[in-house]
Amino acid sequence: MDWGCFVIEFLQVIIYGIVLGCIISLGAIGVSLIFGILRFAHFAHGDMMSLGAYFGLVGVVSLQLPMYAVFPLAMGATALVAAALDRSIYRWLRSSTPIIMLISSVGAALMLRSAIQVVWGPDNKIYEAGIKLPYIFYGLRIKPDQLNIIFGTAVLVVLLHLFLHKTRMGKAMRALSDNMDLAQVTGINTERVIFWTWMIAAAMAAAGGIFLGIDTRLNPIMGWRILLPVFAAAIAGGIGNLYGAVLGGLLIGIVQELSTMVISPAYKPAVAFAIMVLMLVFRPTGILGGKE
Amino acid sequence: MSLLQVDDIYGGYGNADILHGVSMHIEPQEIVSIIGPNGAGKSTVMKAVFGLLKVRQGRILFNNKDITRRRPDQIVHLGICYVPQEFNVFPSLTVHENLEMGAFIRKDSYSEQLDHVYELFPPLKDKRGQSAGHLSGGQRQMVAIGRALMLNPSLLLLDEPSAGLSPLFIEQIFERVLEINKSGVGILMVEQNAKQALSFSHRGYILSMGGNRFEDSAENLLNNREVAEMFLGG
Repeated sequence: MDWGCFVIEFLQVIIYGIVLGCIISLGAIGVSLIFGILRFAHFAHGDMMSLGAYFGLVGVVSLQLPMYAVFPLAMGATALVAAALDRSIYRWLRSSTPIIMLISSVGAALMLRSAIQVVWGPDNKIYEAGIKLPYIFYGLRIKPDQLNIIFGTAVLVVLLHLFLHKTRMGKAMRALSDNMDLAQVTGINTERVIFWTWMIAAAMAAAGGIFLGIDTRLNPIMGWRILLPVFAAAIAGGIGNLYGAVLGGLLIGIVQELSTMVISPAYKPAVAFAIMVLMLVFRPTGILGGKE
Repeated sequence: MSLLQVDDIYGGYGNADILHGVSMHIEPQEIVSIIGPNGAGKSTVMKAVFGLLKVRQGRILFNNKDITRRRPDQIVHLGICYVPQEFNVFPSLTVHENLEMGAFIRKDSYSEQLDHVYELFPPLKDKRGQSAGHLSGGQRQMVAIGRALMLNPSLLLLDEPSAGLSPLFIEQIFERVLEINKSGVGILMVEQNAKQALSFSHRGYILSMGGNRFEDSAENLLNNREVAEMFLGG
C-alpha cells in the first residue's frame, strides 16, 4: 500500500468515526444531563435509543412518513416513555442512594428491551431497502445518510445549546445540575425541571437511535451494545458537561474506527472501555472537566 | 403583629433534637441578629423557619399565618428568602442568570427588581456575563444576596453573610444589608462577627445549647458585661 492510499484510507476511517461519534454523542448527552442532575448512571439509556429507533420504524414503515417528520414523532414518543418511567419508577427512588437508582435502571433497561422484542420481534430490521450511492470527493466516499447524520447531530446540539442558555427551563436545568439544594430554596420546582430533563435526554437518545438504525440496522439489542461507548464518551468528556459529551462521543467514535485498522473490529467495545479506564485513571474529570 | 414569630420550637435533622425550645420574633423592618457559640443551633433555627428541617413541636408564624412544616418552595412564595452560608450561588451560571433564577417563580416582569439589585451591588453589573464560580468571595456573596432579593421578600434570612470574607468585604456586605433593610425588608441574620453584627442590628438573640439564653436590644446586649465576657469575646 503506498502512502497516498494510506492517507485516503485513514481519512475514510475518520469519516466513519465521526458518524459513529455523532450517534454516541447523542446518547452521551442524555447520560450526562441525567447524571448532572440526578447523580446516577442511567443504564436504560441505550435501550431508550433502541426504543427511539423502533418508534422511527413505525413512522417510516407503518405511517409512511418522510424521514424529517419521523424524527419529531419518535423523539416525542420516546420522551413520553422516559417521563412515564420517571413517574412510575425513578421518582419513588429519588431519595435513595445512587446505586439503587442505577440498579433500578438496569431493570428498566431489561423491561424496555423485552417490550421491544415482544412488539417488533427479535429480527434485524431496516428503514429502507436498497443501496444509495455514496458521493466521492478526492477518493473519499461518504453516503448521503452519513452526511445527514452529521448534519442532524449538529442541528440538535445547537438547538440544545440554545435551549440550555436562552430559555427559562434550560437555565433552571443548569442551575439544578450546579446545586439542587440551592435550586430548591430559590423556589424552583425541581420535580418539573427533572421531568423536562428526562424528556430532553430521551429525545436526544431517540434521535441517536434512529441514526444508529440508519447507519447499521435495527435490532432489540442495538442500544444495549452501544451503551458502553456512550458511557465512555460521557466520562471521557467530563460527566455533566454537554460539550464534553459531544467531544467524548467524537473521540470514542473515531478511536473505535481507527482501531479497526490494526485490530479486529470485534474489539471495538474493548477500545471504548480502555479509553474509559484510561480517562478515569489519568483525568477523572474528563476532557472539559465535569462533576465528581 | 410580628413579621415572624417563632414559638418554643423543638426539632433537628434526625431523631435527636438540636433545638430545645427556641422562641423569637421579628418585627417588620427590623434587623435581628442571632449569635452564640458554635453548635448553639443558630443556623438550625433559620433552617427550621425556612422549612429545611423537621420541627417536632412548637409553631412558626409569618404575618400571623402558620408556616410550620411548610416546604421551602411554598415558603418562598409567601415572601421569605434565604441565603445559605455556603454553596449559595450557581457557579456555572453567569451572574445575570443567577439573578434570573432568583426570580424563577415570578410571573410578572422583574426588570425593575433587577435594576435595583444592580444598583445595590454595582460590581455585579460589570460582571453580569461572568460565571458566578469565578467571582471573589465577596462578589459571590453579593450574587447570593441579590438572588434572594429578586422576589422582593419582606423577610430575608442571612446565614453568616460575612463568613470567609476579608474585613473590607465584611464591611461592604454589612453596609448593603443595612441599605436593604432601609428599603423595608426585615432581616434575620446569623453571625460569627457578633459585635460588628450587633452594632447595626436593632435587636439580638443569644442562643446556647439549642435554647434562648439572652434577648435584648442590640445596644443593651453590647453593654451587658456577662454577654460581653461569654459571647462577644470580652
